[in-house]
Amino acid sequence: MSSRRDFLLKSFSASAAAWLAANWPAEVAAAEMAQKMGGFTYFTPGQAREIDAMAAQIYPTTDTPGAREAQVIYFIDLALVTFAADKQAVYAKGFGELAQACDGKSFASLPSDEQIKVLTSIEKTAFFKTVRDHTVMGMFSSPQHGGNFHKVGWQQIGFDDSLNFRAPFGAYDKA
Amino acid sequence: MKKYQPSEEVDFVVIGSGAGGAVMAKQLAQAGFSVVVMEQGPWGAYGHEQDYNKDELINRFPSEEDMLMTNPAKQPNTFRRTASEKAVPGHHSYGCVVGGGTVTYGASSWRHLPWEFQEASLFGTMAGTGIADWPITYDEIEPFYTQAEWEIGISGPNVKSKNLAPMSRGYPMEPLPLKSSGALFQVAAKKLDLEVVPNVAAIITKPWNGRAACINCGMCSGYGCQVKARSSSAVALLPYAVATGNCEIRAHSYVREISTDASGKATGVVYFEKQNGNREVFQKAKCVVLSANGTETPRLLLLSKSARFPQGLANSSGIVGKYLMTGNGGGASGLFSDPLNEYKGCVTGAAILDYVPNDVKGRGWYGGGRMTARGFTMPIAYGLGGVHGAPSWGAGYKQALIQQANRKLYIANFISQMPLATNAVDLDPDVKDAWGLPAMRITTQSHENDMKGVNFFIEKSVEVLKAAGAHTVWADAARDSTGGAHARGTCRMGNDPKSSVVNKYHRAHDVPNLFIVDGSSMVTGGRNHPTMTISALAFRAAEHLVKAAKSGNVTI
Repeated sequence: MSSRRDFLLKSFSASAAAWLAANWPAEVAAAEMAQKMGGFTYFTPGQAREIDAMAAQIYPTTDTPGAREAQVIYFIDLALVTFAADKQAVYAKGFGELAQACDGKSFASLPSDEQIKVLTSIEKTAFFKTVRDHTVMGMFSSPQHGGNFHKVGWQQIGFDDSLNFRAPFGAYDKA
Repeated sequence: MKKYQPSEEVDFVVIGSGAGGAVMAKQLAQAGFSVVVMEQGPWGAYGHEQDYNKDELINRFPSEEDMLMTNPAKQPNTFRRTASEKAVPGHHSYGCVVGGGTVTYGASSWRHLPWEFQEASLFGTMAGTGIADWPITYDEIEPFYTQAEWEIGISGPNVKSKNLAPMSRGYPMEPLPLKSSGALFQVAAKKLDLEVVPNVAAIITKPWNGRAACINCGMCSGYGCQVKARSSSAVALLPYAVATGNCEIRAHSYVREISTDASGKATGVVYFEKQNGNREVFQKAKCVVLSANGTETPRLLLLSKSARFPQGLANSSGIVGKYLMTGNGGGASGLFSDPLNEYKGCVTGAAILDYVPNDVKGRGWYGGGRMTARGFTMPIAYGLGGVHGAPSWGAGYKQALIQQANRKLYIANFISQMPLATNAVDLDPDVKDAWGLPAMRITTQSHENDMKGVNFFIEKSVEVLKAAGAHTVWADAARDSTGGAHARGTCRMGNDPKSSVVNKYHRAHDVPNLFIVDGSSMVTGGRNHPTMTISALAFRAAEHLVKAAKSGNVTI
């Protein structure tokens, strides 16, 4: 059984999984359903696991949500068949580079400190830079594009998308 | 909207619908002349502005129809520092939509100061540069600044200062909010004895001519305005041109040539109908007004060469495309303890004016600049490149990103740039655009004097940020300009046909019925905020042209 819960929740720390399930039970259920209905658009489940693990190191879960909680992997999956379709070749080549850097092992299966070593060794490659930029975009673009789930990215940087404000705006222009 | 047949000889074809072209179209149409405006870009959300996109990802990766700027895939340009280099792919881009660059610009709307029209006489020239007086004085253009400010809708502070141009009539409405960046500027100004004023902007702060006041959405520069508070040509000028029943706007119409007859007069324009299989059409006209911007205007003149005009149209002087000024910038970022929330409100905040005037003796370089407060970029841009002094990924990146978010003040400076004959727009010998026309090639390297100016402003920005209470400051690396939307000077105006392209009424010296009205007319660049001066020049040019055309002789 390879449900989204398997994919999603197994990759999380126990506390993050509990936090997700407690705060967004409906969304987690909906995502599971989406996964059952078709899974990823571009990635194979195996590829998604690798990119998801990379994204989770690029923008890690700390005391605040990271790329996993923002569901950046779904943003990237959608990006590669839409505005970033021209980057498919970079990913296709990158999976080979990643496997080589991991001595043929699955990147996602490595312990965290080894993952960081692997990424540091490839951080100058076009593949890593592209995944890094896509991860950042997935954190901070509108949720309609698949990432920034529940605006967790925007909340961290204090960005309010109301698009409608009245002065004073900040701490220094208050009278 | 009125429609004309291409075979019908209209009074005026206006090429470009931005700051210059829209004023010309409106003034000519309101005077009763028949006008066709050629715009190479799409309509944008003209007439349904509420549909302008406010999604940063879509703004970064727009579909072709949603593009508000040039499409680099179809309209490539090349760049080099000096004529001895082979040009490489460039990143010059500019507004390309009905309304031109004013649809997306930051909307700063400063007047030039009186002495900025006569810098050669007042301060002397510098060997090897093209510093020259304009053929008009501030007094001659002042009424048209006032007209432009009131017709277009400009908000600004009504204060008197030696660092601001004197005005016969104040701004029609109050300035935009000062923002936290402006309040911090005031803190620094008190310590350093500097003058701070709110930004002067083509953004309305009260209901004006049927348009709503700015709601401070913050997705401003680079985005279309959903509430029509930004006084772009597309909402403040073009609808009035169309309402006369004399003016047709043709979007998706890419002019490739201004045609001339045996006598050397312009007869009309040849353009591609982009949405009709790029069919070539000739639009007949009695006069042509060229307002395609400081880089496309000289390119089109060079593309319009013929047996009679072998160096390109209106180019007997050989200076079409030369004296390009794209303007210099640079500044510094400072980190503060509390949130500024600069993403709210118009992108450009308050200005420090003390470094606007020349002070060659005091500073050791010629020129000046306006120091402006800016803050947060939008979330994706901030995440990708806005974090200072941190790794680019991992826990350290995340921590710095969260810590710096909303707490930064960026000082952007708008700095003068010398007009140099070696800085130019011409045609690339190898690269072609999607229509098979030679691509624009930009050659630009600032005079060493100007790089002194850039370094001066970077140092001053650091000083201001520290005085404002920043606990950490990052200075920009000094970088020379590579292009950009403020391009000016490439068809300079003057009284001598040997050293200028247009006369003081913007008529081409070489072509009696061709008028060139945009940033290319500028002789010196001011402090790098060109739009208000383009608008005023256009109102002035239009007044004279209407008079002349009504008398039956456009050459007076």
